[in-house]
Amino acid sequence: MNDLSPTATAAPPAAHSSLKMTARNVRVFYGEFEAITGVSIDVTREDVTAFIGPSGCGKSTFLRCLNRMNDTVAGARVVGDIQLDGEDIYSPAMDVVQLRARVGMVFQKPNPFPKSIYENVAYGPRIHGLARTKADMDGIVEQSLRRAGLWDEVKDRLADSGTALSGGQQQRLCIARAIAVNPEVILMDEPASALDPIATAKIEELIDDLRGRYAIVIVTHNMQQAARVSQKTAFFHLGTVVEYGDTREIFTNPKETRTKDYITGRYG
Amino acid sequence: MTDRLSTLDAVTPTVWSSPQMQARIRRRYRQERLFKYTGIAALALAAGFLLFLMTSVISDGWTSFKQTEISVPVVFDPVRLGVTAEQAKADPTLLRRANFPGVLADSVAKAHGDEVEIVSDGGWLALREAVEADPALIGKTVPMWVIATSNIDQLAKGRIDLDADEGDRPVNDAEVAAWKRLEAKGDIRTVLNTTFLTSADSVDPELAGIWGALKGSFLTAIITLLISFPVGVLAAIYLEEFAPKNRWTDLIEVSINNLAAVPSIIFGLLGLAVFLNTMNMPRSAPVVGGLTLALMTLPVIVIASRAAIKAVPPSIRDAALGIGASPVQVVTHHVLPLALPGMLTGTILGMARALGETAPLLMIGMRAFLTSVPQGFTQPATALPVQIFIWSDNVSRGFVEKTSGAIIVLLLFLLMINSLAIYLRNRFEVRW
Repeated sequence: MNDLSPTATAAPPAAHSSLKMTARNVRVFYGEFEAITGVSIDVTREDVTAFIGPSGCGKSTFLRCLNRMNDTVAGARVVGDIQLDGEDIYSPAMDVVQLRARVGMVFQKPNPFPKSIYENVAYGPRIHGLARTKADMDGIVEQSLRRAGLWDEVKDRLADSGTALSGGQQQRLCIARAIAVNPEVILMDEPASALDPIATAKIEELIDDLRGRYAIVIVTHNMQQAARVSQKTAFFHLGTVVEYGDTREIFTNPKETRTKDYITGRYG
Repeated sequence: MTDRLSTLDAVTPTVWSSPQMQARIRRRYRQERLFKYTGIAALALAAGFLLFLMTSVISDGWTSFKQTEISVPVVFDPVRLGVTAEQAKADPTLLRRANFPGVLADSVAKAHGDEVEIVSDGGWLALREAVEADPALIGKTVPMWVIATSNIDQLAKGRIDLDADEGDRPVNDAEVAAWKRLEAKGDIRTVLNTTFLTSADSVDPELAGIWGALKGSFLTAIITLLISFPVGVLAAIYLEEFAPKNRWTDLIEVSINNLAAVPSIIFGLLGLAVFLNTMNMPRSAPVVGGLTLALMTLPVIVIASRAAIKAVPPSIRDAALGIGASPVQVVTHHVLPLALPGMLTGTILGMARALGETAPLLMIGMRAFLTSVPQGFTQPATALPVQIFIWSDNVSRGFVEKTSGAIIVLLLFLLMINSLAIYLRNRFEVRW
């Protein structure tokens, strides 16, 4: 529980030791409509990977493939190969419930459960049986809230409802909730888009703190945010990845004209 | 850019104080006032109807909770009775066969003459109770309070027009004279009508009670709730959370919506065909009534529960799925607790409708004339609304107030059940 090094279920080849997730030629269909047309991306263990791009470019859709949240969308179909530590996550042998515990998710709108702050964080560990005793659980809750930078603000009111917190606090509570099940990857779908600048800054700081412990993938509209928090950036446009590389490269020296146009504010 | 700005400049600014604008504002205010007054008028009309209904029912029905008794000097003649005091002491079961009705009739005839009928056919029960308690009464003459006939009861309650011709009113002149005599001597009194609250139906209004029907309704409601709530809620959960969206589930959805609008008597016929004729379940039993009403209530509960489930924000489901809750855990831990208040509201509405339902119960034989209180789910029973229907059909004057009395009991019963359900619902809401 306290050992936070990623569990190596199937030892990946040494040359790709930092690869956490790989996606190869992923296509997503909503009925007849092809929302993602062949995306290949690597998610590295120690980096924050940012997906940027204009609205409707498929970055959120792709993000939701990485923990199979698209399964819940009626009519959605995913083709291609996505691996987590060398395991095909779409193979019949993969247990979706376990996958989502390993690949946690934070959503655009803060969505705490209408339960106490404590219960919000304890819920995940409880359903996965991660704590044997009440003291264990207290430890997990405290550690998760500390990592999410929320502990000092809420330690005296853990029994209050999670929905009574401010928007920024709610979002950090959601991050704490995701951390509590000890995931290997955390997917964040525009986690700061509903927050004010100060709360946004806190979330960004938090992402920086969490980097290294968890592989983080963040979808954002905000290019400055991507530049600030990420090491790898993928620029999505019209359902494909136009360019993928080191964030510094993408922002200072984009290879593609479309990337350059988007980053300099020509469109999007 | 400059072109666009210049055309904007050319537009004359709106004059908000112009007469046309003022007229427009006045018209808007007038419409708003009219709308408000129409709403108030509708509310007043509804309240008026309700007030009229309640006044009518209560003024007619409240006297059914009171009963008239008259004092009769009873001659406990051992010969007429067929039992002596000693025999009764030795073997109290002999009193079960003793001729108390004869003794009472003789005593009334002695005091008031042959041609008056002032004591209820069931009045002798008080005599037997007294003798069972004290066998030494046999051989003595004791004044005893016995239940009056319904006609005397109505007379005492002032519900009979004495100015009418003798042939046009249910009491003859001799009975009126006897009543006046009793009044003068203080041998007539009004007591709480325990008979009405504790017995089942009877041919005599003064002996008819509501308890049999109330218990029948209660037993029926238990069956209805036990079947329709879990089945309805589970069906709603499956359809909303698990079922694939295809032509079959569309068909099921349409069918459920249509079933909610099917007249209740059709459900009665269905119950008759399925439960009685095919499954050979006991006729007139609360279990069959409950099953039939459950069929009728199911669509209502399914529809309300689905609406309640739909109202749970999808973000909660995402949140739970996102940390690895299984679909069943999402439902039981998050969706169900949030949807439960709405589900309970739907169930209350469905149950209230089922409890007030008459037609389907008529079809499965729960309109039988029953003089005993049902002791179980499979015994013949009737229900409150059916009892009201039966009594309202009766020509006897005394049943008019019984009908209204039964309506009061039914309304109180519904009020009680609804209050309980609302209390439960609020408790669940506080928890979240």
